[in-house]
Order: sequence, then C-alpha cells, then structure tokens
Amino acid sequence: MAYPYVSDREVRVISTQFGDPEARTLAGAKQRGRYQGLKTALDMSPDAVVDIVKASGLRGRGGAGFPTGLKWSFMPKDYDKPHYLCCNADESEPGTFKDREIIRWDPHQLVEGCLIGAYAIRARHAYIYCRGEFFEATQVLARAVEEAYADGLIGDDVMGSGQKIDLTVHVGSGAYICGEETGLMNSLEGRRGEPRVKPPFPAAVGVFGMPTTVNNVETLCAVPHIVVNGSEWYRQWGSEKSPGTKLFCVSGHVRKPGNYELPLGFPLMDLIDDLCGGITNGNALKAVIPGGSSVPLLTAEECRSCALDYEGVSSCGSMLGCASVIVMDETTDIVKQVRRMAAFYAHESCGQCTPCREGSIWVTRTLERIEAGRGTEDDLDTLMELTAQMVGTTICVLSDSVAAPVQSSVLKFRDEYLALIRRGERVGTA
Amino acid sequence: MADHADLPETVTLTIDGQQVTVPKGTSILHAAEQAGTQVPHYCYHAGLSAPAMCRLCLVEVEKAPKLLPSCVTQVAEGQVVHTQSDKSLTMRRGVLEFYLHNHPLDCPICDQSGECKLQDYAHEEGRPHGRVREPKRVFGRDDFGGDVLFYGDRCVMCTRCVRFMNEVEQDPRLAVVERGDRSIIDTFFDEGLEGTNFHGNVVDICPVGALLSKDFLFKQRAWDLSHTDSVCPNCSQGCNIELHTRDNLVQRLRPRPNLDVNGHWMCDEGRLDYEWINRGGRLEVPLVRDGKEFHATDWKEALVGLVRELGAGPVRALVSPRLSNEDLGAARALVDQLGGGDLVYRSRRAPEELVLKGFPKLARRRDLAPNVNGADLLGMSRVGDNDGTGGLEGLASHDGIVLVVGDDLEDQPPTFGKEAALYVFLGTHSSEAASHAHFTLPLTTFAEQEGTFTNHENRVQRFWSGLPAPGAARPAWLILWALLAEHTGQTQPTRPEEAFVTVSEFGDVTYETLGKQGVIVTPPTRQEPAGAIGD
Repeated sequence: MAYPYVSDREVRVISTQFGDPEARTLAGAKQRGRYQGLKTALDMSPDAVVDIVKASGLRGRGGAGFPTGLKWSFMPKDYDKPHYLCCNADESEPGTFKDREIIRWDPHQLVEGCLIGAYAIRARHAYIYCRGEFFEATQVLARAVEEAYADGLIGDDVMGSGQKIDLTVHVGSGAYICGEETGLMNSLEGRRGEPRVKPPFPAAVGVFGMPTTVNNVETLCAVPHIVVNGSEWYRQWGSEKSPGTKLFCVSGHVRKPGNYELPLGFPLMDLIDDLCGGITNGNALKAVIPGGSSVPLLTAEECRSCALDYEGVSSCGSMLGCASVIVMDETTDIVKQVRRMAAFYAHESCGQCTPCREGSIWVTRTLERIEAGRGTEDDLDTLMELTAQMVGTTICVLSDSVAAPVQSSVLKFRDEYLALIRRGERVGTA
Repeated sequence: MADHADLPETVTLTIDGQQVTVPKGTSILHAAEQAGTQVPHYCYHAGLSAPAMCRLCLVEVEKAPKLLPSCVTQVAEGQVVHTQSDKSLTMRRGVLEFYLHNHPLDCPICDQSGECKLQDYAHEEGRPHGRVREPKRVFGRDDFGGDVLFYGDRCVMCTRCVRFMNEVEQDPRLAVVERGDRSIIDTFFDEGLEGTNFHGNVVDICPVGALLSKDFLFKQRAWDLSHTDSVCPNCSQGCNIELHTRDNLVQRLRPRPNLDVNGHWMCDEGRLDYEWINRGGRLEVPLVRDGKEFHATDWKEALVGLVRELGAGPVRALVSPRLSNEDLGAARALVDQLGGGDLVYRSRRAPEELVLKGFPKLARRRDLAPNVNGADLLGMSRVGDNDGTGGLEGLASHDGIVLVVGDDLEDQPPTFGKEAALYVFLGTHSSEAASHAHFTLPLTTFAEQEGTFTNHENRVQRFWSGLPAPGAARPAWLILWALLAEHTGQTQPTRPEEAFVTVSEFGDVTYETLGKQGVIVTPPTRQEPAGAIGD
C-alpha cells in the first residue's frame, strides 16, 4: 500500500483505509462496510448504544482518556432541550497527525461515528469542528458530508429511521486553545476562543447553553466498529482499563515516522526500534515525548520499560495524551526543544488566566536567555517555581502543558542546562 | 413576617475555622466576607458576571483536588474552606508575582496609586522582591474616547470594563484583542467610548490604573482625598455617591453602591457635573440694603431687621428643587406663618431619560435637579420652561413680600422685585435680579450641609456635609427656622434631623430609619409628562 509505512504488528481497525483514495467516496465507503454501524445503532435504543460503548471501555482519544460511554451517559435522557454533539477535529497538539489522516482517507467513518454519537446522546445536530489549517482534510470531509446528505444518511430521516440528525462542518481560525472543549464551544458560537469555567460542565451547559458532548475524531471513529462487532471484540486488545487500539503518531528521529495503529499496551521501544525502523543514522536515543508536547519527557532509560497505554505511561512519569510520540536522539538540544515548546504555548495561550498569560511568556523568555548563554543557575530554580505556580491554578490545562516539558527537562536533563549556563556549551545540534 | 417556608435555605460551612451560615447559592467569596475575610480578587465584581479568570480568589477547599475560584464556587453544607492556609497563600503569592511580571511599577505617577488593588494585594501578600530579569512588555497609552484614558501597561486583564460595556451599558465598545501576553483591551473604532452615557464607571471598576479619568488625571493623589457620603445633585435619580474633596473643593464624584437606586453605577453627566459646586464668588455674609447701598452685617442684625419687616403684605415665594427637604419644609413653614401664599419652583428638564440598559432602575432622569419630588410632595408647583427659565412674571412685579430661596434668577432682569414691599433673597451667588433685594442672605450648597433629597420614586435619602461653608453662609433651613424663632418667639429646629421631622409628609420617618439606603415615603403620584421635547 502506498501509505508511508505499515507493519504486520499493527492492528488496524480505524486506519484500514489509509492510503486508499477509493474510501473517500460514499460508494467506496459503503463497499468497505461504512454505515453498517449506523444501521445497527439505529435499530437499538440510544441508551443501548451508550451501554455498549461503556462496556467496550473506549476512552477518549483526544488526550484526557475519559471513558466515552460514561461521558455520554451524563447527557440528559430527554429531548426537552436541544442536545449537541461536537466532534473535536481541531487537532493542534504539536506532534499529532492522526485525526487529519482519518479525515483525509476515511471521512465517512467519521461521519458515521458522529451520527451514532449524536443518536446515542439524543442530539439532533452534530458539529465537526475542523482545524483551520486542515485545508485538504476539510474539503474531503465537506464532500463526504454532502454525499451523505444526498444519500439520506444525514438529515431529517437518517436511513429511513425517522431520526433527524444534521451535521455541520465548522472550520476554526487557527488557535490551539480551540481544541480545548469549552474553548471549542466558544469558538463555535462565534465568541473568543477562551475556555469556560467548569462547572457547569458541557453535558449540562454546552454549545449555545445546551447539553453538549465533545468527542475526539478517533474516539467517534472507533464507535461504529464497536457497535457492529460488540464490546467484547474491542476488548480483545489492550488491557482491562485501556482496551482497544490506538493510533500512534511517531515523529522525530526515526527512520519510518508516521501513524501506527496498535493495541494499547504496546511496548514503546518496539514501536521505535521495530515498526519505525530505529533511530536515524543509528544514533542513540536521548528522550521521548510520549503523548504530544504537553506531557513530561521520558529519558531513554525510562522508555525501556514503557508500555503504551494510559496506565503504563503514567507509571513512567508521563502521560499517554493523544499518543504523539516525539522521538529525540542524542543530537537533540533539549533546551532548544523545550524553549520551542514553551514559545508555542506562550503564543497560543488565550490570555484569560494570569498564571498562563504571564507565566508562559516569562518561562519562554527565561529559556531564551539560558539558550543564549546568559542564564544563571538561579534561573533553573526560578523556572521550577514559576512552573509550579502555573499548575492547577488556571481554567484549562494549557498552563500545565507549559509546566510539564519544562519541569521534566530541568529535572531530567539538568546537565544540559548547566552546560549552557556554566560553559556556554550546547549539548546537541538539532 | 414571612412564613417559615419562604425563608431561604441556608448552608453552614467553616471558613478559616469560623462557622458561618449563609443562604444556599452564596459564593465562597461572599460567605468569607461574612466571616470577616476579604479574599483578594480582580475579575469578580458584584455588579458583573464572574468569569473566574483572574485566578486570585482561589482558595483551598478540603476534599477538592485543586484550589477553587471562590467567586464562582457555591457554598456546600459542611464545606471546610481555608483562605489563609499555606497552600492558598503560596498560590496567591505566585499569581500576584505573575501580575507584576509585566507591570511597569509606575505607582509614583499613577493616579490609581493609593486606591489600587494591585498595590494593596502585592503589599499584603506578595513577594518582597521581584524576580523578573526579562524586559517588560510595552503597550503604551490610548485615548478610549469620552472621559477615559487607557494605560495598557498597567492593565491586569480582568475584563471588568469589557463586561461592563457588554452587560450593563449593553453597548459593547470594548473588547479583548489578540491573545496570550499580547492580549489587550481595545476599542473597535476611533470614537471608542465617546457618546456613551455611563462609561465613567469603567474607570471606577478598574482595579488598577489602566483606565483613568481624563477629568481627574494628575489632579490629586487618592490618599489626600476626603470621602463624604452624598447623593448626586444633578438629576432626580438620586444616585448614591461619594464626594471626594480636598482643599475645600470637590475633586470628583464616585458612585456609592445602593442596589435599590443606582446599583454600583452613576451616569457620566452626573459624574462630571460638579464644578458648579466649586464655583467662586460666593455670597459669604448677610447683606442688608440701605437705599442703593448694600452693607454687610451679621446674622443677628440681619434676622432682627428682617423680622421687623415681615408684616409687609402677602407673601409669594420662589424656591429651588436643588434645596433639601429640610430647606423646603422651612420655607413652607415661613410662608404659612406669614398667612400663606404661592410657593413655586423652576427646574430644568432634559428632553429624554438616559437609561442604563443593564440596570434599568438607573437612568439620568428628565428632571435635572435632585429634589423635584420633594418640592412636589410639599405642595409646591413648578413654573417656567424646560430650561429652568421664565414663569416668574407675577412674582417679579409682586408688591407684597417676595421670598427667593435657592433660585439664582440668572434669567431675570435687574428690575425683578422692584415693586416688592419686602424682597428677601437667599442664595449662594448674587445676581443682577437680586439688586433690589432688601435682604441678601448667603446659603450653603448641598455639599456644605447635611440633609435629605426625595428622588423620582419618592425615596428620601440622606447626604452629609463634605465641605466647610464659606464665610457666614448657612443652610436655608437654619436661616429660615431662626427667622421663625425670632418671629414667633418659640424654639425652633436647630439641627437637620429636627428640621426633617417637621415635614408632616414624611410621617414617622426619621434620619435614623432613613439610614444609608433611604426610604420610599409614599408612592410617587406625579406623572411623567408624555412626549419628548417641548411638553
């Protein structure tokens, strides 16, 4: 297949159509089994759909890993008010590129997932909030939605079931924070993309003040397969607490970067050494960010025993997040990489909460100064204290995301900072 | 008494070791206030929505995984809150450090200095020294239009001003633009706040020196000002205000919260119209006319001389709706004592009300004087035009006793009162039309005396004296009651609270029952005339 790299050790549930342009058309998608899940779901009650997803143990793939069925069950069980489903396709975590690929290659899988999700939470309207930069993916998705409307899969009478579900593709304007669910809702309503204070939670007061559920693209794409094949089928992979398969986006210093769909619990080093063909140029591994730029770094040593599921990565001192594995070899300048991440967050902070607005830029400027060889050892203490002041004090977790890479790098790669501070030496080049 | 079922449900919790019982739904911040603890905050304001974004009011609540924003967290039964625990204090010190990260620390040249929440909190709970080594961000200044200047560098991004314009004034002219540390408050178009009627409030609610009044700019230091509770004298709304005074001058007016009248707000017209209180050239001593000459005298001589003349014929009196209820009551008592007669007043009326949309109880009313309802309630009648002139044809040529109290007669010709057998003029300033007055007696303004006004809904509200009276000037009620005492030989009121209770319309209301909130004495009977201009 043309899709960059595949491996026999993958378990492909969601990514089966990657590299196959035929699946983009409705006809091609139907041939490949799409909309079977929707048909099955419509024959069930909404609560039965929620129950089967609950039983499958599917956890949110956007980063937090909250059980999807449980999230759905928080929605009111009546039609008194409009309910909304929002699909979060604002994939903006640095290092992540799974949702984009799903939408590009298999848009109907997402449409189907949204329709089932909407049905399950009694929503008459679903939104797909696409990242503004996803130009091609948005076009592919919009075509798929049009085709599905024309075929009666979306609209006033979904598949002849009498259910009315509308689907709107909304394109964001390029803000990281709109990937946070309440920021996404504000943006969708046409407001400033700023996270909202919780409580109230979206299941009570969400988009347009109505009960809302926000789910990640990959989460919703897993739903049709679970509905068709059952929860036990899905549980054949992964562990009790982290069942199923997950797309891993590997980038950085590996020979074969790309998306790999693996059962949860897969060993991190197997992913790097086997599936990805090892580190480029045969270099030694220095560090891995296992879950996107907002989680703590793992040292090469910590990676050895790391199993890629929610609990496994947590026990190594990091987080699975959205499973964006950024691999850094021995040539990496950790200070520079952390500074780049901090600068990203400083740029993307919405500016509401003071610790984040001021802290992220302060940390960035300090790192810039250290990088330029004008740092002091006191700066490292200041960095640790500032980032500690940024954790848990804000409305959303963007502020915590700045702290994670900074704190972990200062703790784990202190000698690289000290080399710069004491001798003006850069450890790496990349 | 309300039925037991009507009583609000209450919740009992512990704040800093102290048990408090508050109505269900109260925020921790308010409950803490009841327990005597002020939790620092910027974005929260009682008159606005609470976005919980300043992160300064975070407090430790037992069993909660994180610190909780006390402004939006509702109390729960049995909750244990620590506002002064190590965790809370450490966090607040951290957040305050972030507030100072880009702050210019230009307190010595900042108008807000002395009444600045950043200054207060940083001194109370902040770190003793800064750790910032990076250059500070610079935004510079901007003219927001109207009376408002914006000093971007001092802004703490609490968005109170944005929310005031959105929610209360309901004319969203301010917004946060950009994001992250580049975010800043800005106006949409060049006119900014120009043309809105309540924008002065954004200066009041700004917790720091980011929004300043052009009128007050560099005029006084906040700590030099004396504050006196008062009532706005510029329309019949009766907004509760503070007079901020120094050097025997009113320096600015600020609203004082009263949820029954003006909420936390006041209008710009009322706020900026105070220079007349400071007008110089005051009458300072009683003047007695002797032929064509006036000669200054003391009160004793003036009053004794005046009493001798009081039999000079039927009386017609002109009063002013800028006078207090006590003044008006004394004027009526005098007229009654002299056998009764016309009591009229003149008042400027604006073409329309300016309503504060988000708090419609508050409007700049059409009557541009504070005590029109008081005058009406006391049976006085309005004459003249909407600009407060004319209507005095009969009075100007009256040949009995002419009594003018508080009306400056600016529009009247020098021949006013020429025919009068006795013409008594009580005012703050002399005018040409007073040149025939036999007695010219100096009055105080509302700012120099204690008293009450009756507002548009017949709410009687007290105000206090914030300035010393110039020279021998006295409140009208004191002069008139002294005159009556001299005339009747009986003891008469010598204190404002005594003068107040002589007015039968107020029933058994006293200064004590009025308190600071005021009391509606009787439902207003006066109908607002229909139509806009020219009625």
